[in-house]
Amino acid sequence: MSTIDAPGGTRLMGFGEALNDALDVALQIDPTVVLLGEDIDDESTGGNFKITAGLSTKHGDHRVRTTPISEQAIVGAAIGGALGGLRPVAEIMFVDFLAVAMDQIVNHAARLRYMSGGKTPVPITIRTASAGGQGFGGQHSGMLESWFTHVPGLKVVVPASADDAKGLLLSSIFDPDPVLFIESSRLYFGNMAFGEPGGDPRRLHVEVPLGDYRVPLGKARIRREGDAVTLVTYGRQVDDATKVADRLAEEGISVELIDLRSLVPLDLETVLASAAKTRRVVIFQEAVTRSGFGGELAARITEELFDTLEVPVRRLGAPNTPVPYAANLETAYQPSAEALAAEVRETVERKARAS
Amino acid sequence: MTAPATDPQVLNRIYELAARIRLCDERVIKMLTGGEMAIIYYPVTGQEVLAAASGAVLRADDYVVTTYRGMHDQVAKGMPFGPLFAEYMGRVSGACKGKGGPMHITYPELGIMVTSGIVGGGLPIANGLGWAAQLLGQDRVTVVNFGDGAANIGAFHEALNLAALWDLPVVFLCQNNRYAEHTSYARSQRNEQVAPRAEGYGMAGVTVDGNDAAAIYSVLAEAVAKARRGEGPTLVEAMTYRFNGHYFGDPQEYMPTEEKKAAKAADPVKALRRKLIDEGHANEEDLAALEARIRAELDEAVAAAKAAPMPDLAELYTDVYAEELAS
Ligand SMILES: Cc1ncc(C[n+]2csc(CCOP(=O)(O)OP(=O)(O)O)c2C)c(N)n1
Ligand SMILES: [Mg+2]
Repeated sequence: MSTIDAPGGTRLMGFGEALNDALDVALQIDPTVVLLGEDIDDESTGGNFKITAGLSTKHGDHRVRTTPISEQAIVGAAIGGALGGLRPVAEIMFVDFLAVAMDQIVNHAARLRYMSGGKTPVPITIRTASAGGQGFGGQHSGMLESWFTHVPGLKVVVPASADDAKGLLLSSIFDPDPVLFIESSRLYFGNMAFGEPGGDPRRLHVEVPLGDYRVPLGKARIRREGDAVTLVTYGRQVDDATKVADRLAEEGISVELIDLRSLVPLDLETVLASAAKTRRVVIFQEAVTRSGFGGELAARITEELFDTLEVPVRRLGAPNTPVPYAANLETAYQPSAEALAAEVRETVERKARAS
Repeated sequence: MTAPATDPQVLNRIYELAARIRLCDERVIKMLTGGEMAIIYYPVTGQEVLAAASGAVLRADDYVVTTYRGMHDQVAKGMPFGPLFAEYMGRVSGACKGKGGPMHITYPELGIMVTSGIVGGGLPIANGLGWAAQLLGQDRVTVVNFGDGAANIGAFHEALNLAALWDLPVVFLCQNNRYAEHTSYARSQRNEQVAPRAEGYGMAGVTVDGNDAAAIYSVLAEAVAKARRGEGPTLVEAMTYRFNGHYFGDPQEYMPTEEKKAAKAADPVKALRRKLIDEGHANEEDLAALEARIRAELDEAVAAAKAAPMPDLAELYTDVYAEELAS
């Protein structure tokens, strides 16, 4: 493995650009890193969302390979490649299409290390985009992280900002285990819908460290400190949650905002420390509430802190329905900033149980 | 019995359906360009004639399964413009009450059973429709439409094998428009054509010019008649071209200009129109009147869609199950 200069500098980048930079760095520092997925090389326009643009030209189309529409073959080749000594990064265009490759991901990637008594680890990364809130309808709008957090052997990472996207992706690629890396496609456009008019697509640009910058998996990020209530979230919900926390601060409600960054491994320690301090917790997720990751988190917090909590842990997620198409229905479907603000207010104002 | 492909009535019928598709596609694109509507749309421009031929072959009670790029297949099967545009605009009067959207137009009243946004997703389901007809003693045929790119996904292979094994009354209509998103056909597989793969499953496979009305009609008529007789499935590969890229707004920089120019110069809808007039099967006035009627129908559908209300918010929770669950 060669290294690149880490000049210690930073550059203002958007989410997609930071991901592209991470992939570029990974390809540079390790000749066994390879990318595969539909449309990802430059002859095919550098990917559906252009996240891999320029990489095949720079690193060769033998290392950055466009594939046919064959999700099983993509994930399978990544797994086999890993067994054979590569460090593959597969792109599956939308999280919804992971369903097509489920056998390779669940029965193989996740379990081969264990079933071989540790002899066949599968160090792959599967990058995929979620695309809710953009009028794409029932098969292109899913957020499915809990399908995968339920499978021992997989790690699940959901970045919320450009700097974390880069640092977490590099850590995922060089992690010894299979990592599902879920990118909210709205974050490619400043948390706006694809092609949405107006707004500033650069509003979420941040300074991103150059070079081989890594953010460890399993370390949550406290986005804002507070003492009245703990708000736990991840992915694109962090942007909404930040706005809500700002607004509530003006109302005198001090929110501690935790961005989990990775769900597996989970930084329970940071969550519990905050919950023990505020004694009130709200969990905010994009996905359907039923059997979602928020339920798991609520259980873990309650198991540890039942005696400390003043009020029950609350979850806010999507209703238990498929994603509707009509604009008014999709707006109603999405767990909104308004609903979150109301939920947090209610949690803070709720009378503590008699202890 | 289906009439021979050279029958002027057949060609006129194919043109009528092709004109409905072309004018509808033009209207959608105009509305998108003018900002009258903002939806994700996969243009069918250039692929009208093969769909129209399929529509001319099929009976009202036959089944169609298609994809996100499916407006041509739906309109050819009789999909009325009213519920189509209302669905595009997410209105309660839409084909799916506004809950499905452009990628999932469904109209079982006319046999439009599934429109899938998942590449390859429709093929195994088409087998089930065929199986049901077979077991229930109905002589309905299912046509399942998909792209050249879909021939590379596992579902295609599983579905073809099962259909052949069970002699299912299914016609697999591969619309080979030479691209899958931004990747050319040539960069997706070694085989020069898709149809010869059928042989590997013990199924008949035919490659045909999907832009030639008479040619595609006779191939489809034969495949459908064979399926109706209980003699099993056929893989039909209709060669065609996408004039407007993958989705509306696609910069299309990966499509060679010369190739696009040549395809547009051979515009199948215009070619069919010219042929009808040249061969004396129709005259300019009649066709212009037909097109004016279609445009008026589109005007009415768009106006009605715009005037229709959005779905009630309570609709969010219905249709998940037969009965709404308490929790
Ligand atoms: C399983 C799956 N993988 C990827 C996609 C993304 N995608 C949508 S359309 C498309 C290309 C399909 O090409 P083709 O089958 O030739 O049909 P066409 O669009 O040309 O009509 C792709 C890759 C998808 N919808 N489903
Ligand atoms: Mg195609």
